[in-house]
Amino acid sequence: MISRLLAAFVFCMSATVALVDELRGTGDLGVIVERAAGSLQIIETTTQTSLGRVEGLGDLSHASVVFSRDGRHAFVFGRDGGLSRVDLLTATVANRVIQAGNAIGGAISDDGRLVAVSNYEPGGVRVFDAANLEPVADIPATYGQADARSKVVGLVDAPGRRFIFTLYDAGEIWTADFDADNTASIERFTDIGELPYDALITGDGRHYIAGLFGEDGLAHIDFWADTPRVERILDGYGRGEEPLPVYKMPHLEGWALAQGRLILPAVGRHELLVVDASTFEEVGRIPVHGQPIFAVAQPDGRQVWVNFAHPLNDTIQVIDTQSLAIVHSFTPGKAALHMEFTPRGEHVWISVRDEDRVDVYDTQTFDLITSLPVDKPSGIFFTARANRIGL
Amino acid sequence: MRILMSFLCVMLSGIAVATLAVLAQAGSALDVARQSELQHLVRHDCGSCHGMTLKGGLGGPLLPEALEGKPADALADVILDGVPGTPMPPWRGLLTRDEAIWIARYLKQGAEQ
Repeated sequence: MISRLLAAFVFCMSATVALVDELRGTGDLGVIVERAAGSLQIIETTTQTSLGRVEGLGDLSHASVVFSRDGRHAFVFGRDGGLSRVDLLTATVANRVIQAGNAIGGAISDDGRLVAVSNYEPGGVRVFDAANLEPVADIPATYGQADARSKVVGLVDAPGRRFIFTLYDAGEIWTADFDADNTASIERFTDIGELPYDALITGDGRHYIAGLFGEDGLAHIDFWADTPRVERILDGYGRGEEPLPVYKMPHLEGWALAQGRLILPAVGRHELLVVDASTFEEVGRIPVHGQPIFAVAQPDGRQVWVNFAHPLNDTIQVIDTQSLAIVHSFTPGKAALHMEFTPRGEHVWISVRDEDRVDVYDTQTFDLITSLPVDKPSGIFFTARANRIGL
Repeated sequence: MRILMSFLCVMLSGIAVATLAVLAQAGSALDVARQSELQHLVRHDCGSCHGMTLKGGLGGPLLPEALEGKPADALADVILDGVPGTPMPPWRGLLTRDEAIWIARYLKQGAEQ
């Protein structure tokens, strides 16, 4: 009995220090946001296990995460303006600052040196040294009358130490180019359309696309053009139809590019839009179960996985990108909010918020592999994102 | 006279607040299970735009200070009909008027308490 207790004790001790003591890489690590508790679980995708929990990260509702290029540190953007640098190997908070009153996400520069945060209050972007979270730059999102500040959405990194972001209230897209001395030069694109609510950049860093809530259509900039300018794409899609009430804004970061086509959630419709990725013209629509939130391509681009807004958020559908047919529908449970693929895409991890669970599925067979207990899980982020533009 | 008036106002608003509090806790015909569902809806679904702690996000804050001077009836209309031209959707169809009024009162007295 005593030896068994002792063994259990030794096991517990070794479990808590395993991360520190063992030499290990970070390529199969990731984090799951526990939105209500303000904590992260650190997970490992090779054997699908939780390695530890990091607490005290503030309000993590709608939190997002980017990674240092060595995959060791997660930068966690909290809703309350908290920015935390979490060491995945020691499961500790290395640095933490409260940099604004209300924030929505962030990005890390291509050289891994700068971390930028997009803020609602005060509206703008703040930039920090990725090594220690010391402040580097403050970019107020001013527009119109001198004092007006816009909420900032759709902040992404782009090649050339550049960040691109969108001003929700102003209807503008800005770029901030940082030189070697960390001085930013700002370029503004105005009159992009009404109420841009989120944006994405394609994985090659070429196309930046902002979704517009105030009108049908999207604002697009080709940053490989000699003189980049804003063009309207999919102008007036669905005009004449009565859109449904939108209970949750679609997220554009997950927009899928596969087989030369973009597959995007339509706003206020039970549809995905299929768009030719070279001409940006609509080439089709896919009727789906509800209003799509995320449409995410598997890393190989063979399938796109879609989840839906309240009150139909218990279901996930899988689209084959060649036939554009729905090849699988299933019901993981109440509030299936977020999906993240392992680096090569053999598994997908799915947050089931209202059932306090993260499920791992095989993407070929659609079989459930395992489930992990997680407190009100929302975003799932794997370190493979460190090596991709715009994530 | 002015002092008397303001005293009366304070008295009246005090009574109104007390009444609202009682109504919100016990008053309406909603059973406890539905009230708990609505609390969850406020925190997580309203919260997806207004922030889980209701401090505001893409949508404005829904804390009691922010809703001061707005009658529960009018707030219920906003919940049911939405705000055209903004992302605030109409919740009619998912919520009854009684439920919208319950949420309005719940927000006004401080959902987080």
